[in-house]
Amino acid sequence: MTAAAVGHAEGVNGLLSAGAGNLAEHRALLGPLPSLGPRVLLSMVGDSGLTGRGGGSFPTARKLTLVAGSGRAVLVANGAEGEPTSSKDRVLLLEAPHLVLDGLELAARAAGARRCVLVAPADLLDGVLAPAVAERRARVRLVAAPEGYVTGQETAVVAAADGRPALPFQPVQPIWRHGVAGRPTAVLNVETLAHIGLIARFGVAWFRSCGVPDDPGTRLLTISGAVRSQGVWEAPGGTPLGEVVQAAGGPSEPLQALLIGGYHGGWVPWDDSTARLPLTRAALEPRGAAPGAGAVVALAASSCGLQAAAGVVAYLAGESSGQCGPCVNGLPALARHLDALARGRERVDAVAELERLAGMVDGRGACRHPDGTARFVRSTLRTFRQEVALHRDGRCSGRLPSARPDRSMPWPPS
Amino acid sequence: MAAELTIDWTRCEARGVCLDLLPGLLRPDDWGYPMAREPGRIVVTATDLPDADVAVRECPRMALRLARPS
Repeated sequence: MTAAAVGHAEGVNGLLSAGAGNLAEHRALLGPLPSLGPRVLLSMVGDSGLTGRGGGSFPTARKLTLVAGSGRAVLVANGAEGEPTSSKDRVLLLEAPHLVLDGLELAARAAGARRCVLVAPADLLDGVLAPAVAERRARVRLVAAPEGYVTGQETAVVAAADGRPALPFQPVQPIWRHGVAGRPTAVLNVETLAHIGLIARFGVAWFRSCGVPDDPGTRLLTISGAVRSQGVWEAPGGTPLGEVVQAAGGPSEPLQALLIGGYHGGWVPWDDSTARLPLTRAALEPRGAAPGAGAVVALAASSCGLQAAAGVVAYLAGESSGQCGPCVNGLPALARHLDALARGRERVDAVAELERLAGMVDGRGACRHPDGTARFVRSTLRTFRQEVALHRDGRCSGRLPSARPDRSMPWPPS
Repeated sequence: MAAELTIDWTRCEARGVCLDLLPGLLRPDDWGYPMAREPGRIVVTATDLPDADVAVRECPRMALRLARPS
């Protein structure tokens, strides 16, 4: 994993360059935490335009404001990162644990929160976070996030923080009103918190000196697939997709599409107009994609998009937490039909059937897993329409039929 | 006055009581789970409100909730 230097005008350059191994080095690099009051902190976060980096892009100040004032809020730092195409939270927690803890402390102050919880994979807790929390004598409860795609979903993180299995649930009241221990709860991604740690020190103007007005500051990106240098990179908000690919060393072979926003995201065909497209919500929306948590996968022109997508949907079907009927039944059905299409063994009109099934799982679960899977399937059918025609003709732009598993997508360790 | 019917998907086990009571509003999906006839939210009109109340009460999994605008 590597970090790129990015362009803040002066001072510390970005999140990854603000990393330090221990508290003494961290303080030497960044200085002490500024002693700002809750109201100043809230307005700084608001003026900075910071949005959630966990995928939802919700305005951070609004999330904090929802729970502030209750006087009993709980602040949860979410470092669970269940998305296999993203490793930026892991890299950040390894390289800059104290910056994340700074942000947690400041966000808790801004929200008037009495309790802080940090949810992250067990190996990071043991190796990095428990020692960091001990060094600061911080009152932060550490909770291990089990592996799994849906364990990073907001309600699953609340469940884990409450000592229950880390499974999504359908809250009767919104968690900002009734979350951990029945208290108003704000769940913030660890990268979002790290940004707060820098905004409080260097100010709103410094944060906004980088990025674009509708996506200020930097964001961490995980770039994988057919690029020369896979890894985590920090880039200014609104960086054009062509530069995103260049940041990872450029294509390792000719590309046909980018998958943006992880396995719940969308494909964007690779061409000159895509290369100029900024990685922002507004620019990607008309193309059926969103920055999400900043995961970008480059698909080589020599790969079959349908085979790659079939592997993803099979994986997503296996990652259902098994609680909601439409997801338990619908996702395997989606995986089956996409697999038939990918292998050129369609018995019924698989495209029509996939569209119908996507409509049957969309919005019908306790979490966003069925919705995200439906979005990915629809995006696949839209993007690889020509490939569908080829397959129906007994041909394939990759190799068909493929006996061996497709390796064009990054996979979680088995 | 219209109300919104919501289903707790972690509770629903496709027992079908709501489907019997609200055939104009709900239909079974491929696996027997209730699905809105019109895509999107399940809006219950005044006419269906009494039956919807029974469905909420009689659901053996207590998976239904009826939110009336306050």
